[in-house]
Amino acid sequence: VTEVAGMGRAKAEGPLKVAVPRGALFEDTLDVLDRAGIDTAEVRGESRALIFPGTEITLVTMRPSDVPTYVEAGAADVGITGKDVLLEQSERMVYELIDLDFGRCRMVLAGRRGDESLGEAQRRLGMMRIATKYPRIAERHFEATGRQVEVIEVKGSVELAPLVGLADGIVDLVATGRTLEENDLEVREEIVTCTARFVANRVSHKLRSREVDDLTGRLREAVSG
Amino acid sequence: VGGVIHPIPPGTRDILPDEMRELRRLHLAIVEVFEGRGYGEVATPAIEYDEVLARGDGRSANGAYRFFDERGETLALRSDMTVPIARLVASRYASAEPPLRFCYLANAYRAVQPQRGQMREFAQAGVELIGAPAPEGTAEVVEVLEATLEAAGLNRAVIGLGDADLYRQLLTEFGVEGQARDSILERLAMHDLVGVETELAALEGISDEQCATCLALSQLRGGKEVLEEAKELGGEVVGRATARIGETFEALEARGAAGRVQIDLGLLRDLGYYSGAILEVYDPALGHVLGGGGRYDGLLKRFGLDLPAAGFALYMERVHIAQTEDESKEGAPK
Repeated sequence: VTEVAGMGRAKAEGPLKVAVPRGALFEDTLDVLDRAGIDTAEVRGESRALIFPGTEITLVTMRPSDVPTYVEAGAADVGITGKDVLLEQSERMVYELIDLDFGRCRMVLAGRRGDESLGEAQRRLGMMRIATKYPRIAERHFEATGRQVEVIEVKGSVELAPLVGLADGIVDLVATGRTLEENDLEVREEIVTCTARFVANRVSHKLRSREVDDLTGRLREAVSG
Repeated sequence: VGGVIHPIPPGTRDILPDEMRELRRLHLAIVEVFEGRGYGEVATPAIEYDEVLARGDGRSANGAYRFFDERGETLALRSDMTVPIARLVASRYASAEPPLRFCYLANAYRAVQPQRGQMREFAQAGVELIGAPAPEGTAEVVEVLEATLEAAGLNRAVIGLGDADLYRQLLTEFGVEGQARDSILERLAMHDLVGVETELAALEGISDEQCATCLALSQLRGGKEVLEEAKELGGEVVGRATARIGETFEALEARGAAGRVQIDLGLLRDLGYYSGAILEVYDPALGHVLGGGGRYDGLLKRFGLDLPAAGFALYMERVHIAQTEDESKEGAPK
């Protein structure tokens, strides 16, 4: 039997599978799930497991940037991830149901402090080189503001790029701004503010509407209360 | 091991005999349902004049493959079968007595980002019912869709029934027009409800209550009772839309074909030509939508023939995957 990779769903019945992002959003995600009445004690423990089964809800932990992938395919019914991830993977068709209002960050364009190479490159060459982990967000932003850029995708510490001359500036996610400051960089433009979002698979949203609505309601209360 | 690799474009694939045999069985079962209900199978060219396809749907033509022929004419690969059949009907059946019934099983092409179940070349099976207005025309199409799902063995599949005009008209009623309205409709079609809320809240002259109505409607899905819930949210537009959905649902009940139908006021398909009823098909075995359809009463007019129309299309690869999953489940020991 041939199957398109990842198309089938491991299980359509049973507990609702919730994708939980590890990393920066992890603690706040567990807190909001707790307030919504979901037991997260096991996830908080020392276990290195990836799946934490429950009777009504099973928690599945993963990288934040994988959440849209799992949720779109229905491998997880619902999940939590950052708006930055959703914007970068905007082709993923998922329901974006709630702004959970934590993990607040700004997507910014930054350059070296006191250094005019960003403006200089734009003026003289009509073109800036921008290093980023978010190439699509960066491309959309410069396209929308009518500027030509060469977007250079990097995977690691993007702050390095302007310091050693790989790029004139960076587009990156900033929470406190300390990393920028430590590397002698400063914010030049704010692109968008990002917070954590609760998302749902399109089919789960329809076929498991009672459970999805129930969890949505509880999370909404947990956020506003 | 060994041999030279000759690549094929991303988003396309070869189908080998084992899968082809299964697909063939599925195709035959489905076309039999269509033909049994009076829908004659048609084929149209995979390439058409770009200008003709764009007349049907300027937006879906955006993602199409285009190229030039030897005379410099712009050609395009069709992105669905609905527009080519509208063209075919308008040029060949203009004086025929409606209603007209056609079915197809054909490949279509979209320049999408290839991913699971989202190929650039994909097979669709579907019907077009031309000249039969709502609600009976819609009900007939849903009835055929139901019989098709049964023939494919998808006994758990659900058909979502919504209304394409609801939000467009509701926003107009709220005084939201032009770019702001289009932007909100696009967010709804993208299922970005946080974005809808943010954009509505930023608009002047729209009350919290109106904003809440929009968001609450988008989450209303279920049995007939959601029509009552929607009506309580109020407004003339909501009243008209729920009446349209209600009429279709009653016509389906009268045909004994409402069993799989879930009323869904949040449905919004992004194909530009829909008006009135819209359909989406889901199966619990699959995280992706199996297909969809609805009414496009204004489409034939763009080709010079003013007839109401409705239809649906199923993605055959996805139907096949759901069928395989269901069979393996039934065959598995408890």
